[in-house]
Amino acid sequence: MTTIPLRKWIAGSGLALALTGFGHAAMAQDEGPIRVGILHSLSGTMAISESTLKDEMLMLIDKQNEAGGLLGRQLEPVVMDPASDWSLYAEQARDMLTGDDHVDVIFGNWTSASRKAVLPVVEELNGLLFYPVQYEGEESSENIFYTGAAPNQQAIPAVDYLMSQGVERWALLGTDYVYPRTTNKILEAYLKANGVADDDIMINYTPFGFSDWQSIVSQVKDFGSQGKKTAVVSTINGDANVPFYNELANQGISAGDIPVVAFSVGEQELTGIDTAPLVGHMAAWNYFMSVDSDANYDFIDDWVAYTGNDEAVTNDPMEAHYIGFNMWTQAVEKAGTTDVDAVKDSIIGVTVPNLSGGASTMMPNHHITKPVMIGEIQDDGQFSVVWQTPTTVAGDAWSDYLPGSKNLISDWRAPLRCGKLDVESMTCEDGPGAE
Amino acid sequence: MTKIQHSAGRFLTRLLTHSMLLCLLLACGLGIGSAASAAPGEPQAQAEEEPRALLEALDTRSFEDKGDAAQAIAESAAEQKTRWLQALLDGRLGKERRGERFYIITDDSGREWPIIDAITFEDAGTGTRRTVEAFKINNDLRTRIEGLLASLSLNAGDEASRLSAAQRLVGEVTAGNADRVRGMRDDEESDAVRDQLDVALALYDVQQGDIEALGTLRGNLDTRVRNTLSSIAAGDSELAAEAQSVLGGIESKRAWYDRAQTLFFGLSAGSILVLAAIGLAITFGVMGVINMAHGELIMIGAYTTWMIQQALPGQPGLALALAIPGGFLVAGAFGVLIERTVIRFLKGRPLETLLATFGLSLILQQLVRSVFSPLNRRVTSPDWLQGAWQINEALSLTLNRLAVLLFCLAVFAGLWALMRYTRLGLEVRAVTQNRAMARAMGVRATRVDMLTFGLGAGVAGLAGVALSQLTNVGPNLGQSYIVDSFLVVVFGGVGNLWGTLVAGMSLGVINQVLQPWVGAVLAKIIVLVGVILFIQKRPQGIFAPKGRTS
Repeated sequence: MTTIPLRKWIAGSGLALALTGFGHAAMAQDEGPIRVGILHSLSGTMAISESTLKDEMLMLIDKQNEAGGLLGRQLEPVVMDPASDWSLYAEQARDMLTGDDHVDVIFGNWTSASRKAVLPVVEELNGLLFYPVQYEGEESSENIFYTGAAPNQQAIPAVDYLMSQGVERWALLGTDYVYPRTTNKILEAYLKANGVADDDIMINYTPFGFSDWQSIVSQVKDFGSQGKKTAVVSTINGDANVPFYNELANQGISAGDIPVVAFSVGEQELTGIDTAPLVGHMAAWNYFMSVDSDANYDFIDDWVAYTGNDEAVTNDPMEAHYIGFNMWTQAVEKAGTTDVDAVKDSIIGVTVPNLSGGASTMMPNHHITKPVMIGEIQDDGQFSVVWQTPTTVAGDAWSDYLPGSKNLISDWRAPLRCGKLDVESMTCEDGPGAE
Repeated sequence: MTKIQHSAGRFLTRLLTHSMLLCLLLACGLGIGSAASAAPGEPQAQAEEEPRALLEALDTRSFEDKGDAAQAIAESAAEQKTRWLQALLDGRLGKERRGERFYIITDDSGREWPIIDAITFEDAGTGTRRTVEAFKINNDLRTRIEGLLASLSLNAGDEASRLSAAQRLVGEVTAGNADRVRGMRDDEESDAVRDQLDVALALYDVQQGDIEALGTLRGNLDTRVRNTLSSIAAGDSELAAEAQSVLGGIESKRAWYDRAQTLFFGLSAGSILVLAAIGLAITFGVMGVINMAHGELIMIGAYTTWMIQQALPGQPGLALALAIPGGFLVAGAFGVLIERTVIRFLKGRPLETLLATFGLSLILQQLVRSVFSPLNRRVTSPDWLQGAWQINEALSLTLNRLAVLLFCLAVFAGLWALMRYTRLGLEVRAVTQNRAMARAMGVRATRVDMLTFGLGAGVAGLAGVALSQLTNVGPNLGQSYIVDSFLVVVFGGVGNLWGTLVAGMSLGVINQVLQPWVGAVLAKIIVLVGVILFIQKRPQGIFAPKGRTS
C-alpha cells in the first residue's frame, strides 16, 4: 500500500527536480539582463555606512555596462532597503531569490546579525551573497563569499604590530555584541599564548550608542600609567565612537601615551570628528583611501566623479565590494553562465587586482587573500599607512586560537565540499560533504 | 624598492665620506701637532653639508632611519631646520614622485595642495597625491621629533615650551646629559620650569642612590616618579625603605584625588540626569501627566542647537549661547502645542495620556528623520569647552562636563526661584495642592496647566542644548534618557524639585562608583534594582510631598 505512492512520489519529485534544472538552464541562456541584487540599508542606524556601498555597486554596474556588459548581456541592479532591520534582510533576500525575475547574485549586508539572518535563506534557495565587511569568523557557508577580513586578516596582525612597538598592556574595549565579544575572545587567547599576564589585559564592554565615557577613559588612563607601554584595542562600533574619541581628546590622552587601534573606524566614520587631537591613533584595515597606487587613484577619481562630491571618501568595505564584484564577473565569464553552482565552482582560484597595487585570490574556504595594513589617523581625517604585511594573508574562517575551532577548516572544492571539517578526525560537520 | 636602497646607499656613502673627511682632518691636526686646529673641523664639516643631503636622508621607508635623519637635521646648522621638522611632524614635508625636488605642503585640505620649495621656500605651484609623496611618520617617530623640537626650543623658546620640554625630561636624565640639565636649571628664570627640572634631576639622583634627593619627590604626583620609585622601593636597602615611605605618601595622596575625580564624574553624570529629569519633575510631578514624549522634547532642544550653529558658521560659542534661549523657546512652544492639542482633552486619564504621548514621541522622531535625515548631526564644541582643567598630575576636570554641571545647577536655581518667588510659581503650587480650592480662589487652572507644561518642555529643551555637547545629536537621542528621567523623578519623590536634584546626583555618583568595578551595563542594572527596592520600602521617594495631596 505504502510503497507505491512513495515510489510515485519519488519519481514525481525527480521529474520536478529535472524540470526545475532544465528551467534554470533555459533561463541562463536568456537574452535578458543579468540581475544583480543590492541588499544594503538605506535608512535606519546602519544607513550611514551602508548607503555608500549601494552607490558604489551602482557605479561598478554602470562601468561594467559601459564596457559591454557581461556575456554580452547588460547588468540590471535590483536595489532593496532592509531599513537596518535584521529580519527584513532575510525577507528581502527571499524576495530577491524567488519569483520569475530572481537575481543572479546579491551584494549586501554589513552587521553580523544581518548576515546571520540572511544565511539560511541563501542556503535554502541556493543564492550567492558577497559580504564585504570585516567580521568575527567562526562561520563558513557554501553560498556566501566573505570579501571582508577574517580576524587573522585584521585583529591578529594589528596586535602583532603593537607588540613590535613594545606594547605590554592591553585594554580591549568593545560594544556589547557578537563581533567584539568573539574578536576579543580570540585576541585574549592569542595574547595569553604570547605570554601576556592576566593583569595586563583589561576587557570592557559598553552598550550600543554609549556616550558616558568619562570613567572608562579615566580607567584606561590609570591602567596605562603603570610604567608599561599600553595600547587600546577598540571594537567599539557605530556612533559611540564619536563621544569616545572626544573624551580621549578632552582627557588629553595622545597616541604617544596610549595609542588606540580600532577595527571598526574608517574614513567614513572619521568624517564626523575633528581629527586634530587624534593624530597617531590607529586603525587596522586591508585598504585605506591614502594607499599609494594608480589603481586606487583611478578608483577615487571615478568615485568622486560618480558622486559629484569633491570630499567623497572611500573605505575598506568599498574595496571589498570592488574586489568581490570583479571576482564574480570573472567567474561568470569563466563559467560562461550565471548559474549559481557553476559560478561557485569557477570562482575559487580567481585572482583580481585589488586597490593597493596587488592582487586578491578567492580561496577554497570562500575567503580572499588580502594585505593587512596599519594606518595612523592624520589631521585631515585620512590614514597614513605605517605598516603593511609583506605579502597578502589568506582569510581563515575558523580561528586557530580558539580551542573550539583550532582543528577546523573549510574547503568547498569538489571532493571535500565541507564548511566545517575537523582535520584531526577528518569528519565534516557542515556542508554537502557531510553526507 | 630599488629607489629606497639607492637613496639609503647614497646616505651611507655620504656619511662615510664625511666621517672619513673628519678623520683626515683630525689626523692632519694631530700630524701638525696642534690639536686646536681639529676642533673647528667638526662644525665646519656639518655646516658644509648641503641642505639637500639632510632632506634626502629622510627619503627612506625605515622609521628608525628617518628618526636618525631628523636627528641629523636638528643637530645641523641649516637655517630651515625648525620649519622642516615642524612640516615633517605635520606630514607636510614631501618629495616629488618623479623628480628630485623637496616640497612643503602649505595646506593639505582638498585634493590639490599649494606647495612651496622646501629649501628656498619659493612658491612651487600646486601638487596632488599623484605628484608629491609626503614623508610618513609613525607614533615613535612623532614623539622623537616632538622631543627634538622641544630641545630646540628649550634654550630659545618661551616659558610654555620650556616647561613642556622640562616635563619631557622627567625620567630621561642620564649620566650623559645630567650636567647639561644642571646647568640649564641654574640659568632658568621661571620658577615653574626650575621646579620641573629639579624633579627630573632629583629622580636621576635617587636612581644613583642619593637618599637626600627623595625629599624633593615627596608628594609628587607624576606617574613616572611613582613608577621609578616603586622599582627602587622593591629593593632591601635604606634607600628602598625611604623610597617606600615616600611612595606610600604619594599613593595615599593619589587615592584622595582619585576619589575626588570619581565624585566629579558622578556629579557630572548626575547633572545630565537632573537636567533630563527636571522638566519631567514639573510635568509629571506637579501636573501628574505621564509625558512619554519628554525625551523627544530634549531632542528638539539639541536639534535647535544644531540649527543655530548651521546659521552661524564658524562661531560655535555664540551659537551655543543663543541656543540656550532658543532651545528653551522652541521646545517650550512644542510643549504648549502638545498641551493644547492632546493633553488637556485627556485630563485625569493617565493610561490614555501615556499612550497618546508615546504615539507623539514616535511621530516627533519620524518627523526629525524625514525633515533632517536619519543620520546624526554634528554639533561642534567651542574651543573653551574642549580639553580639561588640569588641577594637578592626578586630577583634571574635563571642561565640557564641568560646564554642563554648572549649567545644571544654574537651571535648577532658576527654576527653584521661579517656583518660590513668582506669581506663576505660587499658582502652580496652589493648583498642585488643591485644584478645586485654587480655582475657587480665582486661579485660572487651565492657563496654569498650559504654562506649566510649556515650562517643563522648555527645560527639556535646555537639557537638549547641554546634551548636544556631550553626545550624538540624532533622532534617537531622547529615547536613551526617558527611562532614566522617570527613574530619577520617582526616586526623588514626585513633585519635588529638591528630590529630583538629590536623586539625580546620587544616582550619577552611585553609577560612576560602580562602573569601574562591574562595567557600564551591570552598573545600570544594579542602580535600577536598587531604586526598585527603595521604592518598595518608601513609595513616596526620598522627599515626600508635604501636606495633603488630594
